[in-house]
Amino acid sequence: MAQTLYDKLWDAHLVKQRDDGTALIYIDRHLLHEVTSPQAFEGLRLAGRKPWRLSANLATPDHNVPTTVKERAQGVSGIEDEISRIQVQTLDDNCEAFGITEFKINDIRQGIVHVVGPEQGATLPGMTLVCGDSHTATHGAFAALAHGVGTSEVEHVLATQCLIQRKMKNLLIQVDGKLQKGVTAKDIVLAVIGEIGTAGGTGYAMEFAGSAISELSMEGRMTICNMAIEAGARVGLVACDQTTLDYVEGRPFAPKGKEWEQAVTWWKTLHSDADAKFDKVVKLDAAKIEPQVSWGTSPEMVGSVNSLVPDPAKAADENQRKSWESALNYMGLQANQAITDIKLDRVFIGSCTNSRIEDLRAAAEVAKGRKVASTLMQALVVPGSGLVKKQAEEEGLDKIFIEAGFEWREPGCSMCLAMNADKLGQGEHCASTSNRNFEGRQGYGGRTHLVSPAMAAAAAIAGHFVDVREWS
Amino acid sequence: MQKFTQLNGLVAPLDRANVDTDLIIPKQFLKSIKRTGFGPNLFDELRYLDEGFPGQDATNRPLNKDFVLNQPRYKNSEVLLSRANFGCGSSREHAPWALVDYGFRAIIAPSFADIFFNNAPKNGLLLIQLDEATVERLFKEVEATEGYKLLVDLPAQTVTTPSGEVLSFEMDPFRKHCLIEGLDDIGLTLKDAADIKAYEEARAKVTPWIFA
Repeated sequence: MAQTLYDKLWDAHLVKQRDDGTALIYIDRHLLHEVTSPQAFEGLRLAGRKPWRLSANLATPDHNVPTTVKERAQGVSGIEDEISRIQVQTLDDNCEAFGITEFKINDIRQGIVHVVGPEQGATLPGMTLVCGDSHTATHGAFAALAHGVGTSEVEHVLATQCLIQRKMKNLLIQVDGKLQKGVTAKDIVLAVIGEIGTAGGTGYAMEFAGSAISELSMEGRMTICNMAIEAGARVGLVACDQTTLDYVEGRPFAPKGKEWEQAVTWWKTLHSDADAKFDKVVKLDAAKIEPQVSWGTSPEMVGSVNSLVPDPAKAADENQRKSWESALNYMGLQANQAITDIKLDRVFIGSCTNSRIEDLRAAAEVAKGRKVASTLMQALVVPGSGLVKKQAEEEGLDKIFIEAGFEWREPGCSMCLAMNADKLGQGEHCASTSNRNFEGRQGYGGRTHLVSPAMAAAAAIAGHFVDVREWS
Repeated sequence: MQKFTQLNGLVAPLDRANVDTDLIIPKQFLKSIKRTGFGPNLFDELRYLDEGFPGQDATNRPLNKDFVLNQPRYKNSEVLLSRANFGCGSSREHAPWALVDYGFRAIIAPSFADIFFNNAPKNGLLLIQLDEATVERLFKEVEATEGYKLLVDLPAQTVTTPSGEVLSFEMDPFRKHCLIEGLDDIGLTLKDAADIKAYEEARAKVTPWIFA
């Protein structure tokens, strides 16, 4: 019978189908970070349990780590915020005690867990992969079944190498056509979320396909799968193709020699069959997608850079009207105001959505030879990992950013969720390449606008949103 | 885990769609390495007029009097009534920990986000999905009646209103069983250890690189 990619991955990892409709699913790879793991390790300890298969686990601190050279110089002991320091130290202690491989704070391989996994080849096609972080959907770009879990499930995977699951439904997002120059993977996924809403993918595994997706690099595919969760889908997926294999080959954790050949034979089958049946299909024309900017407090509150802030009076129903009014109030915006008129206070280029080398290249291309607007308080560039940072420096991107007036930082999650010192002040507007524009997400009272790296860089130069297509 | 069978609980109405986990418990409180103590910071940015910090004594902070949980009539509420897509956003289990620590035992909404839906029952927090029209009606009844309580019966899968109206809800049999018995998932899965080992042995031949 014809199968979707999700069906194939599910079947390959089914340990046991139970009578009550739940299934025991085997987990190949488990990524850990400092925020959602301490209580899981404590649970193991209290129950006298040990990790089921040590080599499945890989850890790195990312959410709390400082990003200035000065605060990073002393490693964990130099973290000024005591509670953050204890949390990062706790990850180190737990990994040491249980024997789990960890890339510690100043290891060049340290970084955002969703950048590190693929970069190391720890994320491979055909895997099941989980992490105590909702943006684990990122790894689906490799035709891996990947999703976020809570701390109880972190403990469950540590102890049993399995999860108790129910099969999801299949959703296909078909994006055909050619993207306009200056329009990127980030704009595709924001447009998808704008189209289907933040709950549009709830209960589904969301596969992205079509010519516009096949033409994307792995970085672009990761950006798209990363935000599947913002459309409600825990799982994002892209089929395995030559682009995937070229990216994976030769990475430290990737199979070598005979095993590589064996793996490739299987991986080449990791796509939905031509006549596979999806429960829902959504189609988008890539050529019609314009650079996107979010204006509200939910990722579905998004539109073209050339559009106007919506008018709550024109909302579809009472609940939407209330949501829009509340969002405009929080964001300090007026109905029918041009998006390009929104003045910015800070710009953040980074996060598990957009901190990979291609993202930094796109931003640097716009920033090159230009200056950050004097009205801006801060423009941050935070690479996703130590290796991304090194690569960018070898290409001279750091110099382009610094000359333009951006700050060039050490790797971590940083201002995406502001658990470290990088945050917005009350009422400040930020053009951000991250994934969530929820109230307070980037700092108490902060106002987030989600955009692509090129759009963020252009906004930093102009001091307000501009259509980056006019700059290329 | 606390068992859940029946509850006759005061209802608090949180009239908002897409309540995200950042709103339920802001990120600065995720730095804790414990599972408890998040209650005072549940809905921190809605509840207080100032910015909250971990480890601070919340008793003297300025309250947002307009926020529903600060209204005396909803004090000690155990059932939270809210709108669609409750719990969207991050996978932080600190969200159900904070709701439980505050005193909530059940949440009623038209829909829940997937990860939150998985996390909540593992902490004894019952999620009850009722259709939009019913939820809308419950909002009106709660707001109109001080001291409005709902009788939640998990074994019967019903919610009974003060007027005696009985509303049925769907429930995954596995989750229901675990909630009623207060069972630990891990213990249950480890009963299948032989199956997991057999799977690994078979799979190691097909995908040896996974088990290297």
